[in-house]
Amino acid sequence: MTERFQYDNRIVKNFLFITILWGVVGMLVGLIAALQLVVPGLNFSEWSTFGRIRPLHTNAVIFAFVGNAIFTGAYYSLQRLLKARMYSDLLSRIHFWGWQLIIVAAAVTLPLGMTQGKEYAELEWPIDIAIAFVWIVFGINMFGTILKRRERHLYVAIWFYIGTWVTVAMLHIVNSIAIPVTLGKSYSWYAGVQDALVQWWYGHNAVAFFLTTPFLGLMYYFLPKAANRPVYSYKLSIIHFWSLIFIYIWAGPHHLLYSALPEWAQSLGVAFSVMLIAPSWGGMLNGLLTLRGAWDRVREDPVLKFFVVAVTCYGMATLEGPLLSVKSINAIAHYTDWIVAHVHIGGIGWNGFLTFGMVYWLAPRLFGTKLYSTKLANVHFWLGTLGIIFYAVPLYFAGFFQSLMWQQFTPDGFLVYKNFLDTVLEIKYAYWLRAIGGSIYLIGVLIMVYNVVKTVKAGKLVADEDAEAPALEKLEKEPAGHWHTWIERRPIQMLVWSLVAVAIGGIIEMVPTFLVKSNVPTIASVKPYTPLELHGRDIYVMEGCYTCHSQMIRPFRGETERYGEYSKAGEYVYDHPFQWGSKRTGPDLHRVGGKYPNSWHYYHMWDPTSMSPGSLMPAYPHLFENAIDTTTTRRKIEAMITLGVPYGSDLPAKANADLMRQGQAIADDLKKAGIETSADRDIIALIAYLQRMGTDIKAAAVATK
Amino acid sequence: MSIIFVLITVSTLVAGVFLAAFIWAVRKGQFDDDRSPAVRILHDSLPTRNEHP
Repeated sequence: MTERFQYDNRIVKNFLFITILWGVVGMLVGLIAALQLVVPGLNFSEWSTFGRIRPLHTNAVIFAFVGNAIFTGAYYSLQRLLKARMYSDLLSRIHFWGWQLIIVAAAVTLPLGMTQGKEYAELEWPIDIAIAFVWIVFGINMFGTILKRRERHLYVAIWFYIGTWVTVAMLHIVNSIAIPVTLGKSYSWYAGVQDALVQWWYGHNAVAFFLTTPFLGLMYYFLPKAANRPVYSYKLSIIHFWSLIFIYIWAGPHHLLYSALPEWAQSLGVAFSVMLIAPSWGGMLNGLLTLRGAWDRVREDPVLKFFVVAVTCYGMATLEGPLLSVKSINAIAHYTDWIVAHVHIGGIGWNGFLTFGMVYWLAPRLFGTKLYSTKLANVHFWLGTLGIIFYAVPLYFAGFFQSLMWQQFTPDGFLVYKNFLDTVLEIKYAYWLRAIGGSIYLIGVLIMVYNVVKTVKAGKLVADEDAEAPALEKLEKEPAGHWHTWIERRPIQMLVWSLVAVAIGGIIEMVPTFLVKSNVPTIASVKPYTPLELHGRDIYVMEGCYTCHSQMIRPFRGETERYGEYSKAGEYVYDHPFQWGSKRTGPDLHRVGGKYPNSWHYYHMWDPTSMSPGSLMPAYPHLFENAIDTTTTRRKIEAMITLGVPYGSDLPAKANADLMRQGQAIADDLKKAGIETSADRDIIALIAYLQRMGTDIKAAAVATK
Repeated sequence: MSIIFVLITVSTLVAGVFLAAFIWAVRKGQFDDDRSPAVRILHDSLPTRNEHP
C-alpha cells in the first residue's frame, strides 16, 4: 500500500545555514591564529592570545562547521534513503538548538581560558555533559527513523552514519572523564602516559569518526546524486565501510611514536595505520570511478568539481597518514608544520570542499530554484583550490626543513642551530604564505555566502516536501523452534561468541586490579607538585602553552643535545592532564626547570623579545596583574588526593600557607635581581611550575652519585 | 599503562557491537543485492499528481 508523507526540509535548511555561518567564523579565527604567528602584536589581550585562539579555531571548524555539515547531509539523506520523515520534529529541533548552544558556550569559555587542556577535547565538563546529551538526542532521532523506514535495505551511507554515532559516543565519554574542581575547571581522571594514550586514542578516532566516516556517508550519497549515476561499485563501498570500522580504532598510538609510551603499543599503532591505506584508497577510487564516463560533466558542474578535489584530498591525506605513522618518517615530521599541512589537506580539502559541493547542490533544491550563479561557484572552486595549495605547500617545506635544522650537527659534533628561535625565523616566510593561502580560501567561502544568499532570495523554502512510498511489508517469520536451536546450527559463531563473552567477563574482572596497580615504572625521586606549582601548572594549561610547546623529549641525539635527558614515562605520573603537546612552534619545555634564573622567566613572560629578540611568542602582562586564586587551592589538592596523588592528609588545610611560603621565596629571589613584585601573582606560580619541570629526575642522579 | 586494558576492552566491545551488526545485516540479506541499492537512491519518489487509486 502506498503511503504519502513529507520530508522535513526546514531542519536541513537550518543546519545548512548555520554550517555556513560557523564555517566563516571558524576560518576567520583560523586566519587570526595564522597571523598571530607572524605578528605577535595581534595577540591583543588576555582573552585572545594564540594559546586560547587556536583551540577556538579547531573547535569551531571541527565541531561547528564540520559537525553541522554532517547533520545537514545526514538529515537530508537519511529521510530520502529511508523513505520516511525524521522520527521526531521536536528531537530535530532539540538537536539543532542544543548543538548551537554548545558552540556558543565553547566560544565564550575557551577565550576565558576554561579548558581541559587536551587537544580537540578542550571543553570543560558541563559542556561535555551537554554534548553527550545532544549526541544521544541525535541518536534517538536517527535510530527512530531507521525503525520506521519504508525501505528495507540500509544504504551504505547510513552504515557510515551509524558507525559515526556509536564510536563518537564512546570516544567522547571515555576521554572526557574528569574530576570537577569548580564549574569551569576539572582534572583529567587519567595521568601522564595513560592520559596521553586515552587522548590520542580519542584524537585519532575523532579524525576517523567525526571527520572521515560521516563524510564518507555524505560522499556515497551526494556524489552519485550530483553525477546522477550509481556509485562505481556498491560491493566495494560495503567492504570499505566494514574494513574501515574494524581497523581505524587501533591506530591511535601512531601519535605517540618515540614517546614514553611502551614500544609494543607504538608498533601496534603503526601496523594498523599502514593497513588503513587499503580501505581508504578503495573508497577514494570508488568515489572517483563513479564519474567514469561523466568527466565531461565535471568540466561544467561546480558541484562535481568540488567533489573531485575533495575525494582526491581524502586519498592524499589517507596515503600520507599511514606514511607519517612509519617511525622513520614520523621522526622527521612530528612536532613540525608538516603535520599542520597534513591535517589541512584533510580539513579544507576533504571536509571543506565536500561541504561546499553539498551546499551548492542542496541550496537550490531546498528553495525550489536554480543556483544564482554557476560562474561565481566556479570562481569559488578555483580560489579554494589555490588556497589549499598556498596553504599547504609552504608548510610542507617549512616542516621538513625545520626538522632537519633541529637535528643538524657540525662536523665536530655541535648543534648547528643552537638557538631554537633561529629555526623558527628561517621558516617565518612560510607562515606568511600560509596566511595568504588561508585568506584566498576564505575569500572563496565569502563568495559562496553571497551566491547562497542570492539563491535563497530567488526561491522559496520547500519546508515540507511531498513524497510517497509503499509501506514496509512484514518479513515472514522464521520457522518456530527453541531460540537455542538457531545458535546450535552455527557451531563456529557459537565458538566465537562464547570466546567474546568469556573475554568480556575476564576483562571486567581484571581491569580494576590493573587500575590499582599501575605498571608505569615509578621513579622514587618524582614527587607531586607543591600547591604553588599546581596553580602554576593550571595557568600553563589555561594559557594553552601546549599548543606551541611540547613536554616530551624523544630519545634522539638532536633532542637530548638540545634539551637534555630524554623523557621517561615515570616522570608524568602526577600530570592531570598530560601536557606533552603535539607541535613545537617554540622549544620543548620538559627540561626547562633550572635552566634559566627566575628573573629570566619574569622578563620573558612580560615581553618575550626582551630575552629572545625576534621571538614570536605573545606577551602575558595579565599574569603580572592577576592574583593567584587561593580560594580553590584546597579543592584542587583534595581532587588530586581523590585521583591518588600521595599528598599528606593534612595538606589541604595548610596548602595555602605552603603556597605563600614558596611564593615569597621566589619573590625574594627576584628581589635580588632587582625586581619588585608581590608574591601572590599568577606569574610567581607559573615560574614555580616552570622551574620544577623535569627536575625531579636530576635529584635522583645527584642522590645516587 | 593499565589504561590500555580499558581502551582495548572498550574498543573490543565496540568492535563486537559492529560485528553483531554485521552478522545481523548479512542474515537479514542486507547485502544480498549489491547492485540495485546504488541505482535506487537516484530516484526520489515524488508523488504522482492527480492520481488517486
